[in-house]
Amino acid sequence: MAQHQVDYTKSGGLPVALTSIDKLVNWGRSNSLWAMTYGLACCAIEMMASGASRYDFDRFGTIFRATPRQSEVMILSGTLTKKHAEFTRRLYDQMPDPKWVISMGSCANTGGMFNTYSTVQGVDRIVPVDIYLPGCAPRPETLQYAVMMLQRKIRREPASRAQKPKRLV
Amino acid sequence: MRKYVDKKNVQKKSYYNDRYYVTPQAPKSDAASDEVFANDMELLSQKFTINDNYVQLGHLVVFIDAKQNKDVLAFLKDELGYEMMMEMSAMDWLADRGEYEIFYEMLNLNTRKRLRLKMFLKQDHALESVSDIFRSADWSEREMYDMLGVKVNNHPYMKRLLMPDDWEGHPLLKTYPLQGDEFASWYEVDKIFGKEARDVVGPELRDSAVIDRYDTERFARLGHEVNYGDEVTADTEPTEGVRYQEDGGVFLIKKFDPAKTKTLNEQERKR
Repeated sequence: MAQHQVDYTKSGGLPVALTSIDKLVNWGRSNSLWAMTYGLACCAIEMMASGASRYDFDRFGTIFRATPRQSEVMILSGTLTKKHAEFTRRLYDQMPDPKWVISMGSCANTGGMFNTYSTVQGVDRIVPVDIYLPGCAPRPETLQYAVMMLQRKIRREPASRAQKPKRLV
Repeated sequence: MRKYVDKKNVQKKSYYNDRYYVTPQAPKSDAASDEVFANDMELLSQKFTINDNYVQLGHLVVFIDAKQNKDVLAFLKDELGYEMMMEMSAMDWLADRGEYEIFYEMLNLNTRKRLRLKMFLKQDHALESVSDIFRSADWSEREMYDMLGVKVNNHPYMKRLLMPDDWEGHPLLKTYPLQGDEFASWYEVDKIFGKEARDVVGPELRDSAVIDRYDTERFARLGHEVNYGDEVTADTEPTEGVRYQEDGGVFLIKKFDPAKTKTLNEQERKR
């Protein structure tokens, strides 16, 4: 494999086997995205509606878990206050790798209309965000679309490497 | 609609004249006009010094000394039957007169009368807690301290109610900026990552109208997409729009070519 410049220690083994395993692993990962139950404000109502029978997140393999230790995607749904930011980061740190974050709604993206002293101006100041979902509040279809975009993102990633640290360490 | 005013010399003179508009006060009447209030005022004035009193919108408003607040409230509750404290808080008059205005909103359930007890408190003075008389004052006094910085003596658990414990400043003061001071703007970054992370995270973006066409990380370029994080300057900016079709074309689908189209003018369109 010298002519293909494959470094076994870095690229993680045989490329042919790896792509297949990557696909398999990512297929598994992307189709069982367990989300953390984390409602912050009114967007949480839409998130709950997405999980309930009418929109039915379960058919995408997204099951809400009540603990960060069993979940791999954190849907930050709503206004994040500065008082609460610390706990959000703590919950994010408790999630096992690989983990992803969806920032749901205007408030989580940029602070939204709460341009005040007590609101975090965008949750990407606290945790690295994978998908920004605009809307106030986004409808359940939009959240489903965001999760599907995240699935696409996961399928594109190589599964073997540890997740690169994102913007914030 | 508001009358149009020429704003060309707006920097030179104020075009809006009602800048210091004073809201008209609701009419006040004497406490003697109401039988119950007249009786209450008589009993109150026998025991305490009353600075001012009147009836406004059906409320008896009584101004007392801030030092007597607990005695007066106990008297109101036990003797005059004002058993419920609906609300209490403070107002910031620090710039005007260096004082807070404290108010207690009372309700008498038997006579269906409301009374508002008011007092002025110097900035560096402390109020006496009434939380052992009215349980509802417990959190109200904490909130008053949290939001306005009014100090309360002998409170069982004097701690901030809404803001974090390590917060600096009192947000409802008139002098507190709406978008927060230096401490507030870095609060979450300092607390989670430490002060050295300020450079990494960067300052808050408070301008909701900000648009940067060369920032490819935070702004999309619809029709002229580039890769995330690419450096785009005015010179390297793509001038041709992105054509959302494969180069070889798709089976049965023609490529749209704007050069081969013809725009009809008004007369051709009518024909």
